[in-house]
Amino acid sequence: MQKTYYDPADLKKFGKISEWNQELGDAFFEYYGKVFEDGALTAREKSLIALAVSHTEQCPYCIDAYTKDGLQRGITKEEMMEALHVGAAIKSGATLVHGVQMMNKVNKLDM
Amino acid sequence: MVTKSLHKRESDLANSNRQLEILSNGIFQDGELPTFKNKISESNQFPLKAKKLEILQINVGYMCNQVCEHCHVDAGPDRKEIMTRDTMQQCLAVIKKTEAHTLDLTGGAPEMNPDFRWFVEEAAKAGIKDFIVRSNLTIIRANKKYYDLPEFFKKHNIHVVSSMPHWTRGKTDKQRGDGVFDKSIKALQELNAVGYGMPESNLRLDLVYNPSGAFLPGDQASMEKDFKKALKADFDIEFHNLFAITNLPISRFLDYLIASENYEDYMYSLVEAYNPTAVAKVMCTNTLSISWDGCLFDCDFNQMLELPVNSKAKHISEYNEALLEGRNIVISQHCYGCTAGAGSSCQGVVA
Repeated sequence: MQKTYYDPADLKKFGKISEWNQELGDAFFEYYGKVFEDGALTAREKSLIALAVSHTEQCPYCIDAYTKDGLQRGITKEEMMEALHVGAAIKSGATLVHGVQMMNKVNKLDM
Repeated sequence: MVTKSLHKRESDLANSNRQLEILSNGIFQDGELPTFKNKISESNQFPLKAKKLEILQINVGYMCNQVCEHCHVDAGPDRKEIMTRDTMQQCLAVIKKTEAHTLDLTGGAPEMNPDFRWFVEEAAKAGIKDFIVRSNLTIIRANKKYYDLPEFFKKHNIHVVSSMPHWTRGKTDKQRGDGVFDKSIKALQELNAVGYGMPESNLRLDLVYNPSGAFLPGDQASMEKDFKKALKADFDIEFHNLFAITNLPISRFLDYLIASENYEDYMYSLVEAYNPTAVAKVMCTNTLSISWDGCLFDCDFNQMLELPVNSKAKHISEYNEALLEGRNIVISQHCYGCTAGAGSSCQGVVA
């Protein structure tokens, strides 16, 4: 039997986290639901943001969930990939921008 | 991309009993799905009863110029089942004596029935309020003899309901066949040109969206907004409403679900999205579906699964309102498809 840290079937059990703390679980899911409603941003735009963040967070459950959510909303694979590149650009930019700290440190320590 | 019907391929899924066996027994690894019967019993909605007849949905034949991946009719150019003029006469006799306000012609491509125009003209005289033709659009561009269909529809004030799975070429052609998108766009422009779908026009043009894969349709209102924006911007096309319809796990879509190993997850998705408030509004409660050979069914899906009405009157020639009204609707596991989320019917969401 294959054993992995991530089981796709666990995504269906997400709601069960409330069982060990109903109050906080309910509060989270209420907040979560509100966040994804149409607002200044459409639910469609929020779905694409969520997809990009799912990748930068490297959460397989979130990737499955928001890929499916995107398809249900009629989001195309081209739009999905473009959103993913936004996440990737920020992730790599965030790595590179720390290079300034490295450069500062080198400049301070190096003769 | 499929090119032949399940029947032509002699697939075991062409057999309705095989489909029902899969739907009832499932292929689930971790337990069984709850039965639809038990599910609706929880909210005291079993048995589901037929109400007053409002819609007569007539399938005039399984012949079609397209072979769509998800087709629950298993329609295609290789299907020869076609309604005869004699059976149409029997339907006309019923149309004249019922108070049903909507006549919904479907197929296959209903326009390919050689008696289609005769039937439309005769039925138009019978006083139907909403006369729907479910057109796959490409038929309008398939052959010279169909080029005047937009004018014909207009002449009889037909409500045109057309399939359009997406506003992009790639997703549309993947589900419905290469070249379908371009032909559909051209057909929509021709319908617009005679007045169909324009904001103030009485010539109704609605589009039908079916998801192009193993997922449920999203919010109908949002999808409609996106379709309208994209079709207007890219092709200057107008239409009235978008009907988001859930793909039911039968026939070619069931074949696709099993082949792509999505069947189990899809069924769970339908059950998880089960909405008890949609049950009372499912289309089978006010609709009668008539097959090409005149047999009576609660809906188009039951027709394809060969599950006839639970009534002594089983053929259009035996139509009897007293016998049919209040009948128990025949249900099976595929019915989850019509009660998922906001519900699904031939007119889009129901709840």
